[in-house]
Amino acid sequence: MPEPLLRIHNLTKRFGSLAASDGLSLDVVAGEVHAVIGPNGAGKTTLISQLFGELAPDAGTILFAGKDIGALTTAERVRAGLARSFQITELLPEYTALDNVTLAVQARLGHSFHFWRNARGEPALRDEALHALSRVGLDGRAAVVVSEMSHGEQKQLELAIALATRPQLLLLDEPMAGLGTTECASTIALLRGLKGAITILLVEHDMDAVFALADRISVLANGRRVATGTAEAIRNDEAVRLAYFGEGDA
Amino acid sequence: MTLALEQTLNGIQFGVMLFLLAAGLTLIFGVMRIINLAHGAFYMIGAYGAALVGERSGSFALAALAGLAAAALAGLIIEFVVIRRLYARDHVQQVLATFGVILLVNEGTTILFGRQPLYLPIPGILSGTVQIIPGVPYPAYRVAIIAAGLLVAIGLSLFINKTRIGMLVRAGSTHRDMVRALGVNIRLLYTLVFGLGALLAGLGGILAAPLLAVQVGMGEQILILTFVVVVVGGVGSIRGAFVGAMVVGVTDTLLRAFLPMVLHRVMTVSQADALGAGLSSMGIYLVMALVLLIRPQGLVRAPG
Amino acid sequence: MLRADVAGATGLSRRHMLWRGAGVAALALFALLLPWAATKAGNPDLISLATRIVIYAIAAASLNLILGYGGLVSFGHAAYFGVGAYAVGILYFHFSNAEPFLGFVPGTNQLLITIPVAVVTSATFALVLGGLSLRTAGLQFIMITLAFAQMVFFLFVSLKYYGGDDGLIVRHRNVLFNLDMTNDTTFYFVCLAVAAIYFFVFWRLAQSRFGLVLGGIRQNERRLAAIGIATYRYKLVAFVIAGAGAGLAGALMANFAKFVSPDLLHWSQSGDLMIMVILGGAATLFGPLIGATMLIGLETVFTGWTEHWQAFLGPFLILIALFTRGGVLSLFKMSASGSHA
Repeated sequence: MPEPLLRIHNLTKRFGSLAASDGLSLDVVAGEVHAVIGPNGAGKTTLISQLFGELAPDAGTILFAGKDIGALTTAERVRAGLARSFQITELLPEYTALDNVTLAVQARLGHSFHFWRNARGEPALRDEALHALSRVGLDGRAAVVVSEMSHGEQKQLELAIALATRPQLLLLDEPMAGLGTTECASTIALLRGLKGAITILLVEHDMDAVFALADRISVLANGRRVATGTAEAIRNDEAVRLAYFGEGDA
Repeated sequence: MTLALEQTLNGIQFGVMLFLLAAGLTLIFGVMRIINLAHGAFYMIGAYGAALVGERSGSFALAALAGLAAAALAGLIIEFVVIRRLYARDHVQQVLATFGVILLVNEGTTILFGRQPLYLPIPGILSGTVQIIPGVPYPAYRVAIIAAGLLVAIGLSLFINKTRIGMLVRAGSTHRDMVRALGVNIRLLYTLVFGLGALLAGLGGILAAPLLAVQVGMGEQILILTFVVVVVGGVGSIRGAFVGAMVVGVTDTLLRAFLPMVLHRVMTVSQADALGAGLSSMGIYLVMALVLLIRPQGLVRAPG
Repeated sequence: MLRADVAGATGLSRRHMLWRGAGVAALALFALLLPWAATKAGNPDLISLATRIVIYAIAAASLNLILGYGGLVSFGHAAYFGVGAYAVGILYFHFSNAEPFLGFVPGTNQLLITIPVAVVTSATFALVLGGLSLRTAGLQFIMITLAFAQMVFFLFVSLKYYGGDDGLIVRHRNVLFNLDMTNDTTFYFVCLAVAAIYFFVFWRLAQSRFGLVLGGIRQNERRLAAIGIATYRYKLVAFVIAGAGAGLAGALMANFAKFVSPDLLHWSQSGDLMIMVILGGAATLFGPLIGATMLIGLETVFTGWTEHWQAFLGPFLILIALFTRGGVLSLFKMSASGSHA
């Protein structure tokens, strides 16, 4: 068994008396698409926030490529190879789509303490940024200001930005949320194309997307991992049924 | 020894005044997340109201009432006309607008009442000294200020923690949308909080009036110190405002009292006095810098 | 098709750039001809006024870098303006009484020395105070910058040796080559030259990689962290550059007024700088110039009518804050047709 790219051990996070993460342990193998599903309030987004360094866990360890990243800031984790897309988009609204991705490329290339050359005119940045946009089908919208883009386009831009940082591990927080059918399909196609090259932790409600993409699925409930397995195994798992249907509605 | 005790008491008294301003400010920051540069205006208006009425009527009680009424009224008007439109805006717009309010209020006061400072005499029954520490006579008025401040602190604490409105205030600061969803009139809540802040600041001004010259500009001077208090104590916490106010009040007073003396030993009297005054003015900002190094969020952790 | 998109994406269509170029050229022409025109019209005082505006434009532009572009609401910028001014004043003081500063640094009246010293000194202050202040954000940051500026104010008030509250007179302007700096027109052109260089550098800065990051910080810091940018160091560098710019303006001011005093560091001075940035339009290149012209212009005009002119400025500011998004320039943008390619 190869060493997992991401090893989460005993992650715990409490908000008052509510345990959003309750001794959560999970492994993600390099190259796989690992989906994380569960009813609302299961702690999925909290998990991603802790992995990304935006929320500090009360207990537990996070090992990325064998190293404990618990003490690293978000920016440091990104430099170490993580990336994240946000469920509610976090973009730079006054800049164009191209600008948004350009910044990601700039960041990946090193520091931005360059004070003279026109950043938007630099071929190295511009070409790579356009390429990243074309991967998600937004190259025709490069010059559009983000605040004027549709929700679907913004979600795709999120993905383009995350990919522009060339991560080893991509944390996707409900990338399908709010997307129309065509957009869903193209996003699924894009992610399928990344399989093997990038490791993906996919938090999603859209079961079609999950079953189309996931190599393995982990089910979360009440901050704990209730089951992990292939799509087939999960569909038939008792604990999963309990987690979803035992509590009322899915 | 007596001098040290006296100065410490002075520091506590100063701290109490700072607390009155800081409590209101931190409530407004915490609940409404709005920066109000014109908070010092209520301090000044309270002082002016009291001084003007005190002069005419000779009664401190009437003067105090007038000052409170003036501050509260000013608070309501300013909230209604200006502040209310700033809740959803950038900090930049808030700074610009409230800076405009300062200019208007200050210049308006000068137009109405001239540039001469006003005075308010200490009420007769408090004009003597008391020995709260045996052997150390201390001005009764200042003791009254300390007592008043402690009463307000306890009252505020009870209000915030034990009453329903207080709970709404606390909830409003951390869970705005939920409070709104519960059907609570957020607008009214905000107005009340702002009014309370203005009232507290006005009270501070009234209590300070007999000790200082009441003039335009007094609000901004103490406001900057109040900012230091809030930063040191922690934004959004009444307890923090109290702790911060005591730290700032006592440190500032003791520095001013004793630093020149210390400097007398190494330089001429006039140089020592000037340098001492300057350095002690800088003192609390250095304390603030220290707090920023060690605990940028302030000494007391805010609720929620 | 890609070409056109990219051209549009860089934000500048041909027409836009032509208009911009024409505007700058017109401005330059106006600035160069002003002394001649003012003297011709029998109003030589305008030259002094224009000099003041140019100096404040530089100061406001330096604030614009962190406030307009970076979104850092610093309410203590006058501190660096004042430090720069005092650098000139103190160096001149030691020059005129021939005693070295701190026992070994000789005084000087050479502009080519005083300006770098002023810039470095104010930059150093900005490094220390900014380093501490930037550990916070939002409301706290505004309060802390104001408080630290007040601290520097008290520092200079306490230096009785350099005039304290009464200030320090700089009997003669600094010397630059063999120019006659006592001539108002000559001095105006010196300031204009400095401003031209400064605004050019600022322009390059704003469209550089660094400028792009700064704008990103203003819009969404969380997003920048999520692409691996550690924002603190960029904010600090911007803060230091801004402090340096303010120090430059302060040095010119000391020469212009031939007087430095703690009033230059008063919180209301910080407020004035902020007003200039916002009125003129934050995050625009010439906004600070417009803002400086407006505020100083308004002040000059109104003081003639009433000493209580601030009672009118107050409501004016309130209205601008409540009803416009981007200062006066935005009023023009709102009425102009959209020109995005």
